[in-house]
Amino acid sequence: MFFDLARRNIRLHWLRSLLAILGIIIGVVTIVSMGILGNSLVLAISDSLSSVGDSVIVSPHTGGAGFGGSTGSNLLSDRDVEQIRRAAAPHVTIPVSSGSSRMKIGSDDTVGIVYGLKSDDIPLLLELEEGSYLRGSSGAMAGARFAEENNIKVGSRISLGDRGSVRVVGILKERGMGFDINPDYGIVVEQQWFRQAFDQQDYNLIIVKVRDLTQIEDVKNAIDRQMNRRETVVDVIDTRAILETILTTFGQISTFTTAIGGISLIVAGVSILNIMLMSVTERIKEIGVIRSIGTQRREVRRMFLYEALILGLIGSSIGGVLSIIGGYAVSLVMLQTTEYLFVPSSMVFVVYGIGFGLGTSLLSGFYPAWKASNLNPIEALRHE
Amino acid sequence: MPECDGDTLIRFRDVSKHYPLPSGDVVALDRVSLDIMKGDFIAIMGPSGSGKSTLLNLMGCLDTPTSGDLCIKGRNIKGMSDEELTLLRRDHIGFIFQQFNLLPLLTALENVQYPLILKTGSRECVDRCRTVLQAMDLDEELSAHKPTELSGGQQQRVAIARALVNDPEILLADEPTGNLDSKTGTAIMRLLDSLNRGEGKTIIMVTHDPAIAEYAHRVIRIVDGRIT
Repeated sequence: MFFDLARRNIRLHWLRSLLAILGIIIGVVTIVSMGILGNSLVLAISDSLSSVGDSVIVSPHTGGAGFGGSTGSNLLSDRDVEQIRRAAAPHVTIPVSSGSSRMKIGSDDTVGIVYGLKSDDIPLLLELEEGSYLRGSSGAMAGARFAEENNIKVGSRISLGDRGSVRVVGILKERGMGFDINPDYGIVVEQQWFRQAFDQQDYNLIIVKVRDLTQIEDVKNAIDRQMNRRETVVDVIDTRAILETILTTFGQISTFTTAIGGISLIVAGVSILNIMLMSVTERIKEIGVIRSIGTQRREVRRMFLYEALILGLIGSSIGGVLSIIGGYAVSLVMLQTTEYLFVPSSMVFVVYGIGFGLGTSLLSGFYPAWKASNLNPIEALRHE
Repeated sequence: MPECDGDTLIRFRDVSKHYPLPSGDVVALDRVSLDIMKGDFIAIMGPSGSGKSTLLNLMGCLDTPTSGDLCIKGRNIKGMSDEELTLLRRDHIGFIFQQFNLLPLLTALENVQYPLILKTGSRECVDRCRTVLQAMDLDEELSAHKPTELSGGQQQRVAIARALVNDPEILLADEPTGNLDSKTGTAIMRLLDSLNRGEGKTIIMVTHDPAIAEYAHRVIRIVDGRIT
């Protein structure tokens, strides 16, 4: 009966009820769309970075105590590589040399990064798109973006000025962002060739591929103990930790944007509070009548809470459906993909949104309901 | 604590009601003592502000005395919780208002159903409500109308049906004919009279009109919060 009364009252004042429902719809759509966008963003970044989240990267120590803090030559020697290999065993250790160079491709001049890697290590680190991996010492593999921008194909020749020239034997698959190397915008050559061409015998960094991710911390500590016993010689970075930090940061950004969406829901809540208070004020006499003929305080409270619940239920349900469309649109515009929309971690925001919508509505209804139930029946009956 | 025996339906003993105001307490009732027996038909008369409505509100358990004792159906209402007072109203007291005070969202039938649903918790009470409405000369067609679609007399009949549907012993009427023309007012008073004579309902009615007060067996006059 109280539900029926609440429903009829909403219907009687359909315009202001509609506006309150609209507020809830906007709030839910905003909160869910922002949540879905944030989650999709985290998932997209996680996907593009997870392939490099299984490494420990060792680089020469560059930090220091103030001026002249940098120590050593900023390169790692064969002896360093050997020590790291022993500390990280049985995991694979990949020494990497790198430098930049002017290059001539056909008649075009450009500048790119050149990575020197042992032929055997390349398949462990990079995937092939086209052609073959390096076999001889004079070949090169071009990064996907570099090849695309400079129209490089298998068989193209790249001249590195007086350092020599290389023939492209393979094009690498796009790798995306990485914490170790970014070959998408460069080329990869055999390490021996790099040593001669760049006159550099040492290495810029060492990548340790850890097969079992649970051991990543142990490997990092083992290298740290081995290399930095007396003084800090190398910096050891655990890519998984960086990945986690990045994902946490994006997660926080996502929470922040969702919270901004939450503000619109609060506004909607205030609107419900407002119309419910109006409803109480308009119905003071009616409340006096029903109290005088035997309605308990809790029943009056229930009647007004039903009103808030109905508004919240309609608004949240419509908002929930529309927010999937909103999430689709926002993902498409901002991320150019909707592949992360229908995953459980995104869909859960729809449930959260509906829950928050209902919760906000009920919360907004509490005060008016309390106010209505505590009206003095005599004064309420006298009200005109 | 005075005796609250079952023979007296409503018993006031030195009942006072004060309303605190910033300028000082207003004494609405001053040490009123009164016995109302089952089957009484009482008219309360007095000038405006004399305490008539306060007396009726206390009998209707809408308020409690500041001092003194008020027993209704053998129970002292002093110290009763709001829930207990509400249950007493729901089960034993019917209210008839000058302005009819029907719920505008409900039809005539639903208005009559309302107190019965409150009491029984069930909506399966249409037959009983129709019977009460028919006793008030309201047919099935009229009972489907909203209050605004009914005349004043018809609205008051629905209000009386609503007051009677839970079969209360006490009917409290506050100027029941105050908003009706004299012909309709007479019809309503005849109806109340028949409820008192035929069904033994105890009726306490506030009125300004001496002609209406003639229907009562006893007239209580109240001036400045005291029964004269």
